[in-house]
Amino acid sequence: MQAERTNLLKPKIAKALDKLSSKTAIKNTIYIVSIIIFFALILFPPILGIIIKWGSIEDVLNQPELMSEALNAIAASFAVAFFVSFIDVVAGVPMAWMITRGNSKWLSVLDTLSDIPFIVPTATLGYSLFLFWGDLGGLSSLFGVPFVSRGWLLVVLLHFAFSFPVVVRVMVGASLDYKLEYEQASRTLGAAPLTAARTVTFPILKHSLIASFTLAFARSLSETGATMMVAGAFVNGPIFINKHIGEAGPLVFVSAILIVLSSLVFVTIRLLGPRLKMPVRKVWPKAERKLSSSTIASSRNGITLLVFLVIVLVPSLFVAVPAFEAIFAGVLPEALGGVGVWGDYWQSISLSYFVGIIVTLLNVVIGLPMAIIIARRKIGNGPSAVLDVLVNIPIIVPSVALGASLAIFWENFAFMPEIWLLIFAHLSITYPYFVRSMSAAVERISMELEEAGRTLGAKPLGVFRTIIFPLTKYSMLSGAIMMFTRSVSETGATLVVSNLVTAPVLLVNWVKNEVPTSTLGLGCGFLILFSFIILLVLRLVVKGRETY
Amino acid sequence: MPDIRLVNVAKRFGKIVAVDGVNLHVYDKEYFSLLGPSGCGKTTLLRLIAGLVQPDEGEIYIGDRLVNDVPPEDRDVGFVFQTFALFPHMNAWDNVTYGPRVKGFDIKKAETIGHEVLEMVRLHERLDAYPNELSGGMMQRIAVARALAAGAKLLLLDEPLGQLDAKVRNELRYEIRRMTKDLELTAIHVTHDQAEAMAISDRIAVIKKGKVLQVGTPEELYMTPKSVFIAHFIGESNFLEGYVSNLSRRGAIIELRGGIKVQAGAPKNMDKGDRAVLAIRPETFVVEKGIKKTKNSVLGIVERITFEGTNIRYEIRLRNQDSVVVVRPSLVEEWLKMGEKVTVSFSPEKTHVFAYPEAGLREELAVE
Repeated sequence: MQAERTNLLKPKIAKALDKLSSKTAIKNTIYIVSIIIFFALILFPPILGIIIKWGSIEDVLNQPELMSEALNAIAASFAVAFFVSFIDVVAGVPMAWMITRGNSKWLSVLDTLSDIPFIVPTATLGYSLFLFWGDLGGLSSLFGVPFVSRGWLLVVLLHFAFSFPVVVRVMVGASLDYKLEYEQASRTLGAAPLTAARTVTFPILKHSLIASFTLAFARSLSETGATMMVAGAFVNGPIFINKHIGEAGPLVFVSAILIVLSSLVFVTIRLLGPRLKMPVRKVWPKAERKLSSSTIASSRNGITLLVFLVIVLVPSLFVAVPAFEAIFAGVLPEALGGVGVWGDYWQSISLSYFVGIIVTLLNVVIGLPMAIIIARRKIGNGPSAVLDVLVNIPIIVPSVALGASLAIFWENFAFMPEIWLLIFAHLSITYPYFVRSMSAAVERISMELEEAGRTLGAKPLGVFRTIIFPLTKYSMLSGAIMMFTRSVSETGATLVVSNLVTAPVLLVNWVKNEVPTSTLGLGCGFLILFSFIILLVLRLVVKGRETY
Repeated sequence: MPDIRLVNVAKRFGKIVAVDGVNLHVYDKEYFSLLGPSGCGKTTLLRLIAGLVQPDEGEIYIGDRLVNDVPPEDRDVGFVFQTFALFPHMNAWDNVTYGPRVKGFDIKKAETIGHEVLEMVRLHERLDAYPNELSGGMMQRIAVARALAAGAKLLLLDEPLGQLDAKVRNELRYEIRRMTKDLELTAIHVTHDQAEAMAISDRIAVIKKGKVLQVGTPEELYMTPKSVFIAHFIGESNFLEGYVSNLSRRGAIIELRGGIKVQAGAPKNMDKGDRAVLAIRPETFVVEKGIKKTKNSVLGIVERITFEGTNIRYEIRLRNQDSVVVVRPSLVEEWLKMGEKVTVSFSPEKTHVFAYPEAGLREELAVE
């Protein structure tokens, strides 16, 4: 009886909500509220935070040494980001090419493997890389001395490892969407494979190449936790901010410069990128034909694979070695029992996942209307395009700078609990990931489908429930998982906005406090294991579903 | 000069057999069409010739050269894609001169060729235009010009008119044929439009489910179809089911439903008593008003009249409840009226008798 009543109730509620959704006032209210929330919670707080404490900038200006240190740190950030993004593209494009153009069934495995550094929390990745390159247990054991010491080179290797998958992912997606007929036309006209790729494919994929560079750049610029683990004496922007937590001057000075410069770089790339001409008219038929030979192509694939394995995959997973050692050394029962440091560990894991879940749910609720506004140009072409650009800002701003300015802004609200500060910071950082993936998914759905639904009598919410949602639910899921993993691995902003200890922060502290390798390894191992489970679930759920 | 030979060529995509043991010979300077319903394997066949996909079995020759392992850039073919595939980041000029440039021609020669082909397609004044600034017809002509500029003697056209509206399509199909004939090229044209294939081809291969059913000139295919499917797919036919009642040198007596006996053409490999399908073209019927005692005739009633401009089309229900379509020139004869009783007759020589298909008539005629 109860079940029957519930069943009757459900369509009734859905019907009532559908009816409400056809009222223009209700629709507009939802859109306006989502825009207000975006400006009030996501965009303005970090900007206002800097403006509020703008005066404290004099503290830095009056101390030439401090200013010079700050400027050097900023320069180091940009230098590493530029260099790493460049080599990411050089190495990532052949990898994406191999994955999408090869015939081997193993390439799908390679495709999955290339995602691993992307989903491993960066703090764990940092420690893993340190073990591989810098610690005597890793590659260095072959030489007897640390192969790469803590410092700028290890930072470059680290940033390469975690931003490489970004380039591969973007370029694999672009290559799959690319109409192969262009390249085939080029081949039938007499172009060798290299000529066809250089003069036709890459110029057409130029936007994706620029996007992959930009994303790798942003990722490198904003990373904090893992960098701190491997930086040694090397100081970049985020490390500088972290060193001066509690001092408003250095915080505002570096955050402001990082935000302004990174915005300038991205605006420049966005404006000039499309105008960038590739040299397509000049052709060297003989040389390019030789370079297209199967021997050269096999060598290229071999080198690409080697770079991926030696510089990205094995270092990223190297932490598994001490994790296994810890299991056999009996640390596992201690860990599972929460003995000693493990009590704090599980608490930090719970906190990380709790924050991750809350942030994901909130962002789905506030980000969905925004994705629809952008995809369907709900507030007109111009304003919707402006919103489209604005939602990207949290991606391009270094997370530690974002956290710093958020902390300054929210400290004016004394009643604000610390956990909410943490949630707001993570909301800002992860918001673009969801809005971007959802707006792209909605945009892919033809307006005609929606119109067909409306002409058949469905109300706006009904159209969403019965057409848009079923067609985008897997994009929504992958966007949500991306937000969740990003939130769980976020370190920089977390360190600045609160004293709460999330899992990545705890791991950074463990490294600082020189906790035994076996303990650290197992701690990292658990995080990797959980991330693997999430990736596996994502793959299983999404596999082959989004082909309507 | 290239003639093309395909010997037992097969191509599978997973469990789907796209091309199934095809043997074909396309002669030098011939305008040859691959005609068939969507998904029959005709585009795959063209892509096999171009080298864009590799055969699982069989041999492909361009001239005397076995090209199975030759990459597309070395096959010396010009390929026009259904979507044109004009490079969006290059203007018309750069698209057209792309072939000569990637083949390493010197700049002057490339430019001369570019001017020649743009002149040929009459788009010289649009050489600065990018593909998104051109109409469908212009894009199509640039795509042909680009394929011609590469200097290939074999032109492969994959539904090159499929994206154009009817008027432009009709104009351009003759233009493409004229150009290939002027330049003495061999052309292989893929289409699912039988009218287009009939209008422009020297010969046509009709393909169904990866197999070549019949190769011949448009007249041969229309006049002497070798199967029920060809009679259905090339032009239009009425199909009446029956049995072979009698066989003679001159032809056969077919007993239709309702015991109506008619004289028909001579069937091949059929015996008395065999189940048969009688195919009659709509324009070959003679229709007389009223009940007439004409030879080889059946009485009927006009059930539907459709005015098609040049022709008028009648749907006539015969007295055995079979229905036939009759097409007459609209401006020459007096029109029949709805419900009018008529006598429908036909000449035995203009009919074709086929064995009843094993899979059933409906299945045999299905185009998808």
